[in-house]
Amino acid sequence: MKELLQKISYCIEFGKVDKNSPYPPDMKGEDGAYELTRSALGSGIPAEKVLNDAMLDGMRKVGEKFRAGKIYVPNVLIAAKAMSAAMGLLKPYFLSGEVKHKGTIVIGTVAGDLHDIGKNLVKMVFEGGGWNVIDLGVDVSGQKFLESISEHPEVKAVGLSALLTTTMLNMKSITEKIKLEAPDVKVLVGGAPLSEDFAYKINADFYSANPQDALEYLNSAS
Amino acid sequence: MGKLKEKLAEKKILVSDGAWGTELQKLGFTAGESPELWNLEKPELVENVATGYVKAGADIIETNSFGGSSVKLAHYGLKEKTFEINKAAAEISRRAAGSEVLVMGSVGPTGKFIMMGDVTADELYDGFLEQAQGLKAGGADFIIIETFYDITEAEIAIKASKEAGFDDIICSFTYDKAGDIFNTMMGINPPEIASFVESTGGTVLGTNCGNGFADMKSIVEQYKANTNLPVLVQANAGIPLLQNDELVYPETPEIVESLVPDLLSAGVSIIGGCCGTTPEHTKRIKGAVNKLRRFV
Repeated sequence: MKELLQKISYCIEFGKVDKNSPYPPDMKGEDGAYELTRSALGSGIPAEKVLNDAMLDGMRKVGEKFRAGKIYVPNVLIAAKAMSAAMGLLKPYFLSGEVKHKGTIVIGTVAGDLHDIGKNLVKMVFEGGGWNVIDLGVDVSGQKFLESISEHPEVKAVGLSALLTTTMLNMKSITEKIKLEAPDVKVLVGGAPLSEDFAYKINADFYSANPQDALEYLNSAS
Repeated sequence: MGKLKEKLAEKKILVSDGAWGTELQKLGFTAGESPELWNLEKPELVENVATGYVKAGADIIETNSFGGSSVKLAHYGLKEKTFEINKAAAEISRRAAGSEVLVMGSVGPTGKFIMMGDVTADELYDGFLEQAQGLKAGGADFIIIETFYDITEAEIAIKASKEAGFDDIICSFTYDKAGDIFNTMMGINPPEIASFVESTGGTVLGTNCGNGFADMKSIVEQYKANTNLPVLVQANAGIPLLQNDELVYPETPEIVESLVPDLLSAGVSIIGGCCGTTPEHTKRIKGAVNKLRRFV
């Protein structure tokens, strides 16, 4: 059993989505995350074990290597593809309550900004860390963030993304709105032009230059 | 020989302009609109930015078309206007530039990944081709593909620019810094980019955006060790800080001026600014270049 779970973790880490997946080249024609997860669940391994010991384990390695600068965006993208394929098989177990998310976070790129590469990477790492991510997309106003928070009372945190220096200032008013209406919800900010100093000055709870640090913050703050 | 190569042969070092987005914002642009739509709706304001840089002494000015590929314009429902918007962008800069100053048509990345199935290679090609055709029709002298990070997308943009009739193409990439190591977000380092641009037929190899002028020297040195192509640098004025609710860029015109000699001695042939730089930066860069020119 342990071997099978490790193999799933490996497939996720290296982006082996399924049998047809061309990555990594030395696994050509072999079963990928999808087939292996299906057989793990079919053989009676508890879904929670598959989630924790295989899927979250694989994506954690991806997040840690990305943070360390050992891998880059394409590696995260293909790993996330493998994770999503496997995660899809766990959906019934989430619905039945047999497995649970660690919590729910709302994320989006702030008003005026259409850039979503960074936001999507963060989403992948959060989902790969066992969180339920409500992705509001790009160009999201403070009002839309607030509506989402009130629709989903289980939301523990909000993640704001911006790439443009012309839009990062919008994070300030959005953070203010959230702090006023939903003081218990943590606000995380990120994006290329941001800094710790900026996050502090706009009263956000957390900033990091990489998604893994943010995931670890979420896990510790919840 | 294209106009850019001629001018480089004549002057050796050229000064290109600074940021457009932040300048447009000073004129009332608000984030959330398409900056490129201003070429049709508020051409006089766009021309103000271009004229500001011409007056500051730029040898090359850009066009307001960074997000002008049809893939990007589609976000604003402007896909059908791709040619028109880019043509207007080039016409505006051409008017401001006159015949002495060169106009480089700005082409930015789409933010979509072929590998994730976000977009196909054909869609990218068509989007860049239409953009480049518009820029050509409006009178741009050459193309700069800038802030790129992915060589697959860059190769498509270069091909489309050539198809539109451009001889000279500047290929400028943006790097992230981890420790002392520079890589694009796709994990490609400056020497790899240098050989890619050389083999794809780019005219000038560049780096732009990033963390400020000071960091660019190492990238330039790595380029120069791997290619004989001329090198362009257009850096940010550093990472912005929040002071009294306003963003302030730490690299002032004076600081940037002081960094110019070092970059030129590292082998830079075209030098200008990216986010946070202003006509005042251009003026200072020009001054520093002229001062050094006297000694060459």
